[in-house]
Amino acid sequence: MQNNHRTVLKIYLGMASGVGKTFAMLDSARGAIVSGVDVVIGYVDTHGRAETKALLDGMEIIPCQSLYYQGETLQEMDLDAILARKPQLVLVDELAHTNAPGSRHPKRYQDVMELLDNGISVWTTVNVQHFDSRADAAQTITGIPVQERVPDSILELADKLELIDLSPEDLRARLNEGKVYTGDQVKTDTFFRIGNLTALREMALRLTAERVDHQLQDYRQIKQITSTWKSAERLMVAVSPSPLSERLIRWTRRMAYNLEAPWIAVNVETAQSLSPANKERLVRNLALARELGAEVVTTIGSDVIDGLIRVAHQRNVTQIVAGKPAHSPLEGFLRGGSIVNRLIEKSGDIDVYIVTGDQPESTAPRTLVPAVERHSSLPLYMIAVTIVALVTAFSIFLSPILEYQAIGLIELVAVLLIAAYLGRGPAILAAAVSAVSWGFLFIPPTFTFTTMNIEDYILLGLYFVIALFVGNFTAKIRQQEQQARHYAERTLALYTLTRQTSTAINMDDVLRSAASEIGRVFNAQVAMFLSLPNNMLALEPHNCNTLRITEKDFSIAKWAYESGKSAGRFTNTLAQSDATFLPLITSGGTVGVLGIKTLANTWLSRDEETLLETFARHIALVIEREMLDEAAQKAAMLEASEQFATSLLNSISHEFRTPIAAIAGASSSLIDPRMSDAAKVDLVEDIQDAADRLNWLVGNLLDMTRLEAGRLTPKFEWCDVSDLVGSTLHRMGDRLDGRPLTINMPPDLPLLEMDFGLMEQVIANLLYNAVKYTPTGTPIEINAAIEENALCIRVTDHGGGIAPQDIDRVFEKFYRVPGVAAGGTGLGLSIAKGFVEAHGGTISVANLTSGGAEFTIRLPIKAQPPPAQESKL
Amino acid sequence: MSGAVTLIVDDEAQIRRFLRVSLEANGYTVREVVTGKDALSEAAILRPDLIILDLGLPDMDGLEVLRRLREWSSTPIIVLSVKGQDRDKIAALDAGADDYVTKPFSVQELLARLRVALRHAHPETDEAPIFQTGDVSVDFTRRMVTKAGEAVKLTPTEYALLRLMIQNVGKVLTHKQILREVWGKEYEEEVHYLRVYITQLRHKLEAEATRPELIITEPGVGYRLVAKT
Repeated sequence: MQNNHRTVLKIYLGMASGVGKTFAMLDSARGAIVSGVDVVIGYVDTHGRAETKALLDGMEIIPCQSLYYQGETLQEMDLDAILARKPQLVLVDELAHTNAPGSRHPKRYQDVMELLDNGISVWTTVNVQHFDSRADAAQTITGIPVQERVPDSILELADKLELIDLSPEDLRARLNEGKVYTGDQVKTDTFFRIGNLTALREMALRLTAERVDHQLQDYRQIKQITSTWKSAERLMVAVSPSPLSERLIRWTRRMAYNLEAPWIAVNVETAQSLSPANKERLVRNLALARELGAEVVTTIGSDVIDGLIRVAHQRNVTQIVAGKPAHSPLEGFLRGGSIVNRLIEKSGDIDVYIVTGDQPESTAPRTLVPAVERHSSLPLYMIAVTIVALVTAFSIFLSPILEYQAIGLIELVAVLLIAAYLGRGPAILAAAVSAVSWGFLFIPPTFTFTTMNIEDYILLGLYFVIALFVGNFTAKIRQQEQQARHYAERTLALYTLTRQTSTAINMDDVLRSAASEIGRVFNAQVAMFLSLPNNMLALEPHNCNTLRITEKDFSIAKWAYESGKSAGRFTNTLAQSDATFLPLITSGGTVGVLGIKTLANTWLSRDEETLLETFARHIALVIEREMLDEAAQKAAMLEASEQFATSLLNSISHEFRTPIAAIAGASSSLIDPRMSDAAKVDLVEDIQDAADRLNWLVGNLLDMTRLEAGRLTPKFEWCDVSDLVGSTLHRMGDRLDGRPLTINMPPDLPLLEMDFGLMEQVIANLLYNAVKYTPTGTPIEINAAIEENALCIRVTDHGGGIAPQDIDRVFEKFYRVPGVAAGGTGLGLSIAKGFVEAHGGTISVANLTSGGAEFTIRLPIKAQPPPAQESKL
Repeated sequence: MSGAVTLIVDDEAQIRRFLRVSLEANGYTVREVVTGKDALSEAAILRPDLIILDLGLPDMDGLEVLRRLREWSSTPIIVLSVKGQDRDKIAALDAGADDYVTKPFSVQELLARLRVALRHAHPETDEAPIFQTGDVSVDFTRRMVTKAGEAVKLTPTEYALLRLMIQNVGKVLTHKQILREVWGKEYEEEVHYLRVYITQLRHKLEAEATRPELIITEPGVGYRLVAKT
């Protein structure tokens, strides 16, 4: 969590209820109010004490929210209301309180952390027995279970720790005066014994003293005073699903705290599969370690001890804490030596602490048979027995010619093969069956077990030895194979994700492939929310979601986005949801949220969780890349459009001024009374021409803008080419300057799909171009024909043609053939090109050998027109 | 019809002014309003013979004004639009506008539209038995079409199409209107039927099919049959 320097966490610590923590807190708060601090009360329980109540007078209290749970109304601190009110300081009583189901966080201290995260200082109260590292001891001392616990790490967050001390005698006295609210009388009597109180007081004093020590050390560090610094120490605790682990973790945390040393919690995942209960316990243990401030490391290995030692060496661990499991000596032997002994043997110069579990048997069911073999189900055993039976039958067939000991060897080979291929269990069974059948059927006298000599016994023993050793060996190989496969799967999954997301062409593609990959690998429903440019989370998940998002889900996603922490199911925040939400974080910030709901509805294994986190990191990076890419593209587009605007302005200002000048001049002359009627008519015609030209210009500009904006989508409909040409000519009217026009097209041209308006503009621009650049009176030809499954429309003029150096550039924007006086924006041909290309066609120009230029439009024919039918009306 | 009372609905003063001057010079009586709201109330009070309606109004959508007018009035309405608003033009025509002109337009063009609209609003006779334009003549009583004195053989559909266009001579007809009238409502979207039959008609009736003078294409909107005067 970010430690905001402006916020202060102050903890009022007491040894027990009734020492006056709340009173002291409220009293100081009044002082703070007087000095101008904006203080509100988030939650205070006065337990009906009058003197405490009196202190509340005139203080702003944020009303509690009511939560309905199983028919009961529970009053809980209204976190959102406080966040919305945003005071400088909020008072929150009873830090260790467990929130009602349905609250955002299960524990009140998590509410407090969120308040601190949001820049609100918090004063709070807590009794010493609630601290995780002290709870076990307190429980032992008082005999009363401590259910409400807070992690010790919150102590490190605290800027101030104020011990509210009272002698046990005084507290007893207050109790007797009825000044202390206690609830259950029996519990009270047990709890508030002088002996208990003395012990708890000592605990509280010690906790405070330890802190003072640390503060002193911090001070030394800041002032760079050399001190006896022990930071060379580095602790490691081995974590397993065992309930003993919890104690180990707390023990290590206490030691690490005292040593001021970092500590690591390590879990070695072996191929041994865990029962769901064990899996859950392991996750809980690791979460506890993380909460208490450990760095959690999960490693994979075939052997727990090897894994632990490997991590210890990698991390320069100086002390290892491990539990002493309650194995029987035989079990220890079968497992290849006691874990403790092996750990001590292999640890070298690392100190090893073995903590004894006082709960001798964990609730986890233990079996001698490793997990891999537990999978070797009935069919394998049946195959083993069948093989033995076959071999035996074969041996009976051979018995006349072979010694019974040779047959024994044949059966031994069968056991060996079964051990090698089917594993230990079937092999042991095969050994047993073979032993019986051999002894009974082959050792003479047959059908008895009586006359076996020492060699026979040795051979029989060998059956089992081979079954056991080869079987074990096979199991080991299997495990390694499985692990290798597991690694390969994981690598492949990551590789697939990387490949798919790196070949994605845009954000949609990235998200779609990421979502489908996650869905496939984790067998889950997925939804992804993106961060918007204004740093808010998008209100809707990206449309690739397979997970349905409710309003509540969205608020969880939003929380995950804003806090940068996972939330939802299987987390500590808003766990009532169906789905889990992971923030997608890069170094640049949070780019989105990934929502996931496994179909099995159980949370992932540590290994899968790590993979999911890797996925999330990778996706976050790809999303960030795409976002940057989009931003860059936008910037480039903006630059291009700015450039376009500049060229446009340069190009058109002249073109606009000419007709405007003509209109202004001619209209001012019209007012002149001396003007003859004939001259007036001329002037009016000039004005009309100029207006026409302006209209044409504006039309060109609009067309170009549509093209530039990329928003041009032709409205395809069936069109008749002769109609198209006719309509164009009709519309151009006088602009054709009375040029002789020849139109050649076969009468049976089929209807073609095109945008009539756009194509009309294309032909008009080509004709206008021809009129403009060729001498007055020279003819223009329009030809249309179907060639190679395309419609070709040719506009041919009989002018001087286009100079070779210009011919490639005539379709460029703003390009005007140099030395030509005629007006124009230099846009007409580039618009024609744009429109034709929007139809999927091409436009080209060539000079004719006979002189003149020929523009060719080629539109591919995509479909045949449907038949038209006579009216039936 | 001289002296026809014309209501001009446009928010641009320059346009209103030039329309007023031109129309009054041609014998129309002109009344101007600026907003759609005023147009609706003024139309109800004044009961004009013609309405010239700009589609881009400051207070409400011109199409909405049109629809509300058409709820109770059959007064001819000519719509003023700008280039690129094909969709609005079609919507206006389908909503009951009689015709449209695209800005910028010439006064002659507008006057022609007004005349056609007035004529269709007040037909002199029920239906002239013979229609004559240029060298094409159509005898409705005998269902006979001739070009330069020679009989032209038309299919029933071509004849229905031609007849519809003659009934609306000078007036634009949208694709949809024609298809609905000639083929039926379920054929409204089959624009290619129309292209085929219009081309056939042109080949049979126009002097030069690629440069039609009788049946004019209104790009993106529909067709107009223009009579030679």
